[in-house]
Amino acid sequence: MAKQSSEAVLWSLFSAGGVVAALLIPVHLFLFAIAFPMGWLRPPGYEHLMLLLRLPWVRIYLFLMCSLSLFHWAHRFRYTLYDGLQVKHLNELIFTLCYGGAVAGTVFAGYLLGNWSGP
Amino acid sequence: MFAVKQPTTKVLPLYQEFHPRWYRPRVSVYWWLGQWQYLKFILREISSVFVAVFVVITLLQLRALRAGPEAYARFQHWLQSPIALAINGISLFFVLFHTITWFNLAPRAMAVRFRGKRLPEILIAAPNYVVWALVSAGVTWLVLR
Amino acid sequence: MADKIVLEIPRYSPERDVKPHFEEFEVPVHKEWVVLDALNYIKDQVDGSLTYRWSCRMGICGSCGMMVDGEPKLSCATFLSSYSRNGNKLRVEPLRYFPIIRDLVTELSYLLVKLKAVKPWLIRQEEPPLSEGEFLQTPEQLEQYKQYSMCINCTLCYAACPVVGLDPVFVGPAAIALAQRYNQDSRDQGAGDRMAVLAHPEGIWGCTFVGECTRVCPKHVDPAGAIQQYKLKAALDWVKSFVTPLGRKNTDVRREAAND
Repeated sequence: MAKQSSEAVLWSLFSAGGVVAALLIPVHLFLFAIAFPMGWLRPPGYEHLMLLLRLPWVRIYLFLMCSLSLFHWAHRFRYTLYDGLQVKHLNELIFTLCYGGAVAGTVFAGYLLGNWSGP
Repeated sequence: MFAVKQPTTKVLPLYQEFHPRWYRPRVSVYWWLGQWQYLKFILREISSVFVAVFVVITLLQLRALRAGPEAYARFQHWLQSPIALAINGISLFFVLFHTITWFNLAPRAMAVRFRGKRLPEILIAAPNYVVWALVSAGVTWLVLR
Repeated sequence: MADKIVLEIPRYSPERDVKPHFEEFEVPVHKEWVVLDALNYIKDQVDGSLTYRWSCRMGICGSCGMMVDGEPKLSCATFLSSYSRNGNKLRVEPLRYFPIIRDLVTELSYLLVKLKAVKPWLIRQEEPPLSEGEFLQTPEQLEQYKQYSMCINCTLCYAACPVVGLDPVFVGPAAIALAQRYNQDSRDQGAGDRMAVLAHPEGIWGCTFVGECTRVCPKHVDPAGAIQQYKLKAALDWVKSFVTPLGRKNTDVRREAAND
């Protein structure tokens, strides 16, 4: 029963992460990684971003966006390695690297966003 | 769980009682190149890697913001480098691919019935796109304000 | 439309061969012929030892599944004339991901074991007395599972699913769709009994929603949809069991646990 419910949890995280990634990542990527560096849109100033990040709900939003997207990647990538490369015998290692990576990213995001008092 | 003999790689004897020798082809490691649908599937799965790449970039951006205006300016400068733009350009394609395939497949997981008949898939996919447009507009306004 | 076509068919006889070798047969193309007609022509007129399964020749028995030009198809439902354009060669192979017994005949016990494992019959926890009469079902209740009852066990979906090929123990599309046919049936009370096989890493969680199974299904059963719906249901059940550990929904699980 425990084995079955762990798969249900991981799939739920994957699913939630998929929705969050589908809704949020495109606009964030387009703005911060393409439009602003290319100068297509005027990038927001340092102060404006710091102001936004002072709001708790903005930090919670970013934390969920980062964490759930990472768990989405972890689950999908784990199965891609199983199926695409047929490396099922490296089961434990893949499991640890994928979900471990997602947990590490979540912890890092929590550390960055948890206590926000910029300079 | 299943009481069926698992295949072995060595050639079995010609004839076992009531059991002729089966031929069992191995599935190639490159199975996913065999068909366009399989390749599209693997590309869809690979899109999750680019989602993770952008999350890492976002986390690095947040770290730069925390470190101060000079650090953030250096980070912004790095984002303008050709390699960063190349990675992010490819990421944008894959991330959009993820969004479109996700919304188009989501209706299959939900059998929404209205008056006994199943709703056509587009009626479930369309609201997702609408929400996506609204959320994107909202985020853009908040950031550009 | 050309008037002749060459069929490339792998021949394998365990008495003679270690692995299959391809043989070519020239077959006339008639407008109304299907691939099965071509195979019957070969067996009648060219080589009587060609071995393949077929029965109803009208797409309902599920016997004649084959790979036609790399696509899983029912040979009785695939017109020969659609292939007579490209260089006039057509490859007909046994369905993928099953062991081959001979020529185009595959070993189906892997499927049959999985079908049996999902308990494809009505399971009742309480049997009402005969005097209460038969179970009644509204058209809406029938609609819930009718699509999944259309499966003819042709195993085209198993030939299309890469997970079946990579993991022989994976329960597979047809078996899970069949389980859903009973889980969604209003007369059935056995969803808990089937859960052990379904909510398992080699059950629904092995599926990565490639979607090929639904695309090739000749009866539009949509096994991929059935599997995703069960995943969602299993995830929601887990959430519910977390939030309401003593709730009504858990009585099936507790009865199952008590029976262990």
